Amino acid sequence: MILSGAEIVVETLIEQNVKTIFGYPGGTVLDIYDQLYKKSNRINHVLAAHEQGAAHAADGYARASGELGVVIATSGPGATNLVTGIANAYLDSVPMLAITGNVASSFIGRDSFQEIDITGITLPITKHNFFIRSVDELADTIREAICIAKSGRPGPVLIDIPKDIQVAKCEYTPAEPVKKNINPSAKDEDVKAAAAMIAESGRPFIYFGGGAVRAEAGELIAKLADKIDAPIGCSMMGLSEIPVTNQRFLGMQGMHGHYASSKAMAKADLIIGVGVRFSDRATGDRTKFSAGARKIQIDIDGAELGKNVDINLGVISDICDFLTKLIDTVEKRDLPNWEAKIEKLKEQEAEQVIPGFLPKEAVEAVTSIVDPDTVIATDVGQHQMWVAQNYGFTKKKTWITSGGLGTMGFGMGAAIGAAYGSGKRAVLFTGDGSFGMNLNELATAVSFNVPLTIIVCNNGVLGMVRQWQTIFYNKAYSSTTLNRKTDFVKLAEAFGAKGYRADDIESFKKAFAEAYAQEGPTLIDLTLDKDLKVLPMLKPNGTFDKLIIREEEING
Amino acid sequence: MANQNYVIAAFVENKSGVLMRVTSMFNRRGFNIDTLTVGETESPEYSRITLTFSGSQEDLHQLVSQLKKLYNVKKVEVISAELGIRRELLLIKVKNSSQTRSDLRDAVEIFKAKIVDYSADAMCLEVTGDSTKIDNFIDNMKPFGVIEMCRTGIVALERGSESILSK
Repeated sequence: MILSGAEIVVETLIEQNVKTIFGYPGGTVLDIYDQLYKKSNRINHVLAAHEQGAAHAADGYARASGELGVVIATSGPGATNLVTGIANAYLDSVPMLAITGNVASSFIGRDSFQEIDITGITLPITKHNFFIRSVDELADTIREAICIAKSGRPGPVLIDIPKDIQVAKCEYTPAEPVKKNINPSAKDEDVKAAAAMIAESGRPFIYFGGGAVRAEAGELIAKLADKIDAPIGCSMMGLSEIPVTNQRFLGMQGMHGHYASSKAMAKADLIIGVGVRFSDRATGDRTKFSAGARKIQIDIDGAELGKNVDINLGVISDICDFLTKLIDTVEKRDLPNWEAKIEKLKEQEAEQVIPGFLPKEAVEAVTSIVDPDTVIATDVGQHQMWVAQNYGFTKKKTWITSGGLGTMGFGMGAAIGAAYGSGKRAVLFTGDGSFGMNLNELATAVSFNVPLTIIVCNNGVLGMVRQWQTIFYNKAYSSTTLNRKTDFVKLAEAFGAKGYRADDIESFKKAFAEAYAQEGPTLIDLTLDKDLKVLPMLKPNGTFDKLIIREEEING
Repeated sequence: MANQNYVIAAFVENKSGVLMRVTSMFNRRGFNIDTLTVGETESPEYSRITLTFSGSQEDLHQLVSQLKKLYNVKKVEVISAELGIRRELLLIKVKNSSQTRSDLRDAVEIFKAKIVDYSADAMCLEVTGDSTKIDNFIDNMKPFGVIEMCRTGIVALERGSESILSK
């Protein structure tokens, strides 16, 4: 059938099983929005308050659902407002399709009104991008873009469509939903080499990250750990892939990781890295990181192998295929000495708990109240670390946070997207700093009656930066004391959401139970002291033998 | 780790913007590219980028892996020092005078260069060869007075009957 470019965009998205998209209309996407209006019974559009919020929503949707996230924006400022959201998806390897309008082809290159070279701008933050030059290539380019976004190591892809191409007509033939490219399978020699290294190791440690989450490799990792008698740790991006109830799972390692996990990794003589990039937040000084350990790294992206730390065996493979073959090949191990060391580390960690530490208690209260399938989203800062450290994840894809880019302001959009992606109430932990960046999306949550409970960890300061100023800048609190007079409860009410206040664990539990039971968006203003710290803490570029455990060590 | 010089050939789709994608990646990842040439190949849908850079083995691995990830890049090969035929072309304009003329002509003959433009006070010379030869030739020209010059950067093929695409 003969369709216009705008019709082809919407029909192709529907054909590719896209159910919900996020966006914001404008001059150069009017034709696409006209089609979204006409086909609103077949595809759902969520109008954000700002394009950045829409991009984060597509990101959160993708992570919660495991499907593609789609965002649409107009040219010029609409497109540039997507940039942070696209970069965030790129650094956390989230499958996303961003569609932007642009001025008509004959206006391109003339600095026309709202014209911007968005393919040029997004070049280093997309897996690939396309500028459409003819309506004939539109449908296939969208299909190809979706395939690129989802295949291998996922990531964002952008398609820029000039306005005249949305109006131009051509033949459209519906196609099947595209299949992901098949990942390379594990080579026998790699499996054998890994098995041999495991057999020679006395203190193996399995360390997984976001790649294992995308591959849903949790069960296989747990199985391998059982067979080779190894503890398991993860990067922040790995959380929720393995339930905290697994006795071998020591939690997140790294700069603010769990003590036992960080220490066990530092003591290991073999690290098996699964879908993890050994980022500086995980390794500290990468040249000294686990210098005594041999390292195996498995990733679908060959460029990750040895990128940040020297490795002894690099494997490009489908993670699940490699782990399955490795479990079959590797000998069963029993390492009582190593087990005893790990138990000791766990005991030491338990001793470090500060009684009555409100952020920890609040996060634990949320764990006990919510349904285990609930998606927990965060913004960026101290609250993010407190949730990562203390929430009891038991279900997959329930942790959504900005890992690589560390985007303050990510949370509101992401949590809205997560509520759509999971089809149920989501919980957002944010801080007064992060929330201040994109709280406009509260309007979106209210308009669409999004099931979402927002907990604003309100300490009146930019807590994480303040913590660094306390430790490294002699308590010179430059521009981190917010001194705002925002009343978040009244703010929530002004937007049309219900607000609650809490300042201790009892009032929080009561407020949360009530807020969580409501239908639409609700907000809790949780007052926290401005000098609470995230501990343990590894000094930037430090080594794990110098981990700061207690507050007293900071001033020393 | 000691730095080494590497020559890399990449087959890329012959489309607008592909060179920008490649160079943007080098810039972002902090690779130091010494020379880069682009040109048509035996198949019209591909261009061949030949580049040289110096770095460690790890740098080489990163560069090749990152290149391979680019969607428009179809094939990447490191041209080995043993098998590689590497050539560069130099155009150089030097001062000419009756006192230096015969010395210049000797140099042209020894380096198998060509005189491509001639006037009473200047000569334009063309020479091809590997980079060492070109460097040498330039050094030899300096005493005569170099007016201007440009060199193409390295192009390279491997010896034998195979093509990189068929490898």
